[in-house]
Parts: sequence; structure tokens; C-alpha cells
Amino acid sequence: MKLQGKPMPAPRVALFVTCLVDMFRPSVGFATVKLLKDAGCVVEVPEAQTCCGQPAWNSGDRETAKGFARRVIAAFEGYDYVVAPSGSCAATLAKDYAAMFEMGDPWRERASAFGARSHEITSFLTDVLGVNAVAQEARVVATYHDSCSGLRSLGVKAQPRALLGSVTGLELREMAEAEVCCGFGGTFCVKYPEISNVMVGDKTRNVAATGAALLLAGDLGCLMNMAGKASREGRAFRARHVVEVLAGDMAGPAIGDAK
Amino acid sequence: MTMHVPTTPEFKANAHAALGNANLQAALRGSRGNFVAKRAKARAALPEFDDLRDRARDLKNAVLADLDLYLEAYERQVTASGGHVHWAETAEDAQRIVLEICRAAGAATVNKGKTMIGEECAINDALAAAGITPVETDLGEYIVQLRGEIPSHIIAPAVHVTVPEVEAEFRKAHTHLPPERDLSDLAELLREARGVLRAKYFEAEVGITGANMLIAETGHSVIVTNEGNGDLSQSLPRVHIVMASLEKIVPTLEDAATILRVLARSATGQEMSVYTTFSRGPRRAGDPDGPEEYHVVLLDNGRSGMLGSDFQDMLRCIRCGACMNHCPVYQAVGGHAYGWVYPGPMGAVLTPALIGVEAGGQLPNASTFCGRCEAVCPMRIPLPAMMRSWREREFAKHLTPGAVRYGLGIWAYVASRPALYRIATKVAVAALRLLGRGTIRALPFGGGWTGERDFPSPQGGTFMAQWKARR
Repeated sequence: MKLQGKPMPAPRVALFVTCLVDMFRPSVGFATVKLLKDAGCVVEVPEAQTCCGQPAWNSGDRETAKGFARRVIAAFEGYDYVVAPSGSCAATLAKDYAAMFEMGDPWRERASAFGARSHEITSFLTDVLGVNAVAQEARVVATYHDSCSGLRSLGVKAQPRALLGSVTGLELREMAEAEVCCGFGGTFCVKYPEISNVMVGDKTRNVAATGAALLLAGDLGCLMNMAGKASREGRAFRARHVVEVLAGDMAGPAIGDAK
Repeated sequence: MTMHVPTTPEFKANAHAALGNANLQAALRGSRGNFVAKRAKARAALPEFDDLRDRARDLKNAVLADLDLYLEAYERQVTASGGHVHWAETAEDAQRIVLEICRAAGAATVNKGKTMIGEECAINDALAAAGITPVETDLGEYIVQLRGEIPSHIIAPAVHVTVPEVEAEFRKAHTHLPPERDLSDLAELLREARGVLRAKYFEAEVGITGANMLIAETGHSVIVTNEGNGDLSQSLPRVHIVMASLEKIVPTLEDAATILRVLARSATGQEMSVYTTFSRGPRRAGDPDGPEEYHVVLLDNGRSGMLGSDFQDMLRCIRCGACMNHCPVYQAVGGHAYGWVYPGPMGAVLTPALIGVEAGGQLPNASTFCGRCEAVCPMRIPLPAMMRSWREREFAKHLTPGAVRYGLGIWAYVASRPALYRIATKVAVAALRLLGRGTIRALPFGGGWTGERDFPSPQGGTFMAQWKARR
């Protein structure tokens, strides 16, 4: 969009890297930064970030969750947008923060305004920036798991597929029950390990049935769960975060691989 | 009085047993996806389906805002048509009322159409204890009754039973039939059950049914069935008892039609169930058939306490079962693991409200919050949000396990202090990498994860440290 010939200033985007990417797969953070920069954004990484607070919120500890919400909002609300490489954490920022505060609490308004500027990376690229293609090549058959929060709270479904469709050589082969939960569920996977195990076993079976060499998703928690199960089962497919493919960062080991 | 004793606090042990039960797993695997595909097809064939969901939600919200007025209007209409409305505050009250009616009718046998309110009140146990024989006439309920169980699904009571198990049960129960008969396929089983049950319809003095809806405008009770057993159960005996709960009210026939349009589509993927039957009183002069007495037992059992609470939206539920059909946890463990009358996501919200969060608190925790239940609920009930509300109650009442509270406390302390958090994550990453590169086979204190799957090890270094170093 141009106003009287003056180009719109590059959007200032704050990366909410998420606690799992920070600790387990920093390359996903850098791939996200690359995608944002390629799309013309100025990217910053606020120092004060740790976790979105979802573990407290989903464990019924509303007061602690509110504390996280206030700190994240305060640290991130000076930017045009907040982007996370996770549908789950992005949904916490975009939807849950406002729900944490009672009607009449000024933080509720603030959280709503903040939520409106918070996005998951693939939907930010396509829905907000209008990016529909990436200049990448990957000669691989891949399948995509729809992580629950991204899919149902944020409507992330077509966006990653549209972007993957632009990757030269990549064939996307849909699995059965792509929209069914993998059994991660945050603390669920350790609180109810037996049920979680059955769910993730169903998932790796559905992935393997496609014959795809690569499992992609937009949330590292789900990916670690699925990759961990596939590793134990000795499955042939590998697992990566979708931004790794979109940013052309395929040289390093896949999730759960040493080399 | 006898009541179903919840095994809900033992949900984990129940789930463990369910996962190791080969018959149950075969039954669950066999039915899995059927309901999902049928609902999806029915929904796709009706472009205004989601608009109807909005209308259904809104009309039920309006009812709940003035429930007392609608209930009184309903009672007036039933009374005007010669019926009786009995108000039961508790399940015990409902049992007592039903038993009094049955005794007054001199009942030796009671035929039952499907009623989850009957299950909630353990009415079969109460009747049996009083020397009255209850006969379930819904095929699934009949199978479950023969097995001495309660339903494992609110619309498919015997979904946990395999066909060979049904055959075995029938051979055990129907000893008057030739032992060499062929029962190898479903049609044979169906024919046999039909023959056995048909005879029973003429023996019972009392018929008990549930109600899918109660219509305030006319006093009608509505049941939807596919077998026709409900019609026979309610029209052949001399006395008809409807067991229903307060929130089944809709204002008008028009509103009932709105709900009917989403109900069967959500439940079985049918446009309409095979039978949709309306009743509102005893046989009138000139009627060719129908009961001589008509009673409605209206159960509260904690529901009025849900009005105005965080759980009011749950009272919109029309018991279609779509939530459990789409729930990966229910599909893994089946309905009995939930330990009481209502399984799946709707049970995870309703059960703590009816039996207390102390006993029912496991259920709202046994969810990944995947949200598939809310996505398919015809009444747009925010099931995950209400499960979270139960978790909040548990946290506030210190019912959350100590290890979880303690762990959360430590994590929150560290994660609230970015500088400390940077150090902690650096140490954690280094420690995890000592346990394994690529994957970790056994995680100390993380056996829940690594019992059946590996744990992907960190790449090395945190993002925040690397980002800072690159600046």
C-alpha cells in the first residue's frame, strides 16, 4: 500500500520466540526471523520474554497466568505486530490473555488490543502481509499436521499449505486425521502418559501411511511429541518445523536427530 | 437408596484398564470415524447448518435466562392435558416418585425407552430393589443391561461391545431359544432381540422414557429414536412416566424444530431420526390407544445451581454425543473410564457439577484442550473453557496435586525473572545435552514422556543467547 507515493514504513515486528524454540530448537527462531525479514519487516527480539504463561493458565492458576500476560503485554505492546512460530503460544497471546481479565479490568482492553496484533508466523505472512510464496526448493514428499490451537483458535489451516505449495519440488501428501490432536497437550502428555501415547501412536501411524519422508507442523511441542514417538518406533520419516522448509533451513539435523 | 457410585476419581486406573482391554479397543477402533464421517456429510449437505447452530444456541440461552417461567408454563400445559408434573430436587427424590407411581400402578414389570436421566437416578437399580423388573427396550441399552453395565456413550450405549460379545450375551440370556441357532451376523442378532423384546411390550404396566425436549408452549415431551422402541414403551403400558431434567425446555414447537435440525445431524449424521415422537398427556376420550396415566418427573439434581455460574452454558447441551465422537481421549479409553453416567467432553464438564469437583475433578484434567468438541458442538458450548474453569476451582481448593502446584510454582518464579530464566535455560539445555544428543531415551523425572517415546534433545545453546551474541 502506498500513500501519495510514499512507501509504507516497514512494519516493526517483535518475535515471541516461545520457550520451547528458545531451549530446544533455536534454528526455528532464526528461520522465523529470516522469513519476516524477507517479507520486509524490521524484526526485534524483546529481552524480557520467557514464556507466554500457558502452563499456568491451563493448570487453573489464573493469577500467575495474569502475571505472565501483563509482563508479555508490557514488553511487546510497543511494536506493530507480535509474531510467534507457534499456533499454541500465539493463541495464548491473541485470545487467552483477554479472557484472563474480568470485564471492567483495564487490562482486558489492553489485552484485546494486544491480541489483535499477535499472530502465528504462517498466518502473519499470508493473512497480514499478503505473502503467498517463498523462493525455496525442497525435493521432498511432506505431510502436515494441524496443531490444535493454531487450527481451532486461530484458523491456521490453508496458510502453511499455501506457502508450502510455493516451494519448488515439495509434494504435500495429506494424512488421515490431520486435524486430530497428537496427544501432546502441554502437561497432558506427562499427566496422562498412557492416553497421550495412544494418541501419538495413532498420529505416527497416519503419518507413516502417507509414505511422506517429512512431517511438518507449526508447533514445536507437537513436533517433539511426534518425533519422539517416531524415534522410539524406528519410523523412517523425519520431523521439522514448517518454517525450516519455508526459510530453506534444511541442512541441520531434523528434530530428534543427532546429525 | 442405591445410586451409581462414581469411579471417576480412579479415572487413570480406569483408563489403564480400558487401554489393556482388547475387546473394548476392537470395538472402539471399529466404530471410530463412523460418526465423524456421517456428521461431516450431513453438515456439508445443509449450507445453513452453522446458522442453525447459532439459532439453537440463542434460543436455549433465552430459555435459561427465564427458566422458571418456561417450566411453569410447561407444567400448566401438561396439567391441562391431564398429566402430572413431579418436581424432583435430587436423584433420590426422582427414584422415590417413580417407585410410588409404579407401586400405585401395581407394576411387576417396567419397560424403558432410553433415558440418561434414568441412568443418572440409577432407576433400574431402584426398581429392581423394589421387586419391579426393569426391561430396557433400546437394543444398545438392552445389551448393556444384560451385561450388568451402564451405557458407555449417551446415544450409542453399547458402542464398547463387539458383535461376538453380543452373541455370547444373547446365548446366555435367551435360553428358551434353540442353542444351535445362527447368530453370526448383526441382522440375526437384531431379529432375535426384536422377537424377545416384542413380547415384553405387552407385559409391562408402566413405561418409562426420557425426553429430548419439553415444549413450554404446548406441554409436549419429544423423544427421538431410531428403533421405535420408545413409541411402544410409552404408548402400550397403562402408565407412562417421562424422566427429564429441567434444562430440556424449549419455548415453542418452532424452536423444537430448530433443535431437531441440528440434533440428528450432529449425533448420527441423519437429517432426522427415524422416529420423532410427541406426547403430552394420557389417552383422551376417543383416542384409539395411549396410556391412562401420564407423569413427568422433572429432575434438578444440581442443575439450578449451574444457572448463573461459569457452567450455565453446559445446560444448553442436547445430548447428541458429537463431542465424544470427536474426542481423541474418549476414542482411546471409551466411556466407562469416565466412571459415571456422562462420558467424554460433555461429561468432563457436567460430572463435576453434578457429583462435585472433589469426585469429578479428574475428568476436566484429562483433556489436551484440542477443542474438537467445541468445534462440532451443535449448541456451541465452550467445553474446553469450562474444563479450564473446573481446573481453576481445583487449583483454588488445593485439589491440584502437590507435585503439579510445586512444579508450577518453581517454574513461575524463574520464568517471571528474565535474567534468572536466561541462566536456568542455559543450564537446562546443557544438562539435557549431557543426557543425549539427538534423542534422550530415559528422562529423569520424565518417565511419563520417555516410557513409550524418546525425548528430542536440544540443538544446543538457547535462541536468546545466540541472538544476543549475533547482535
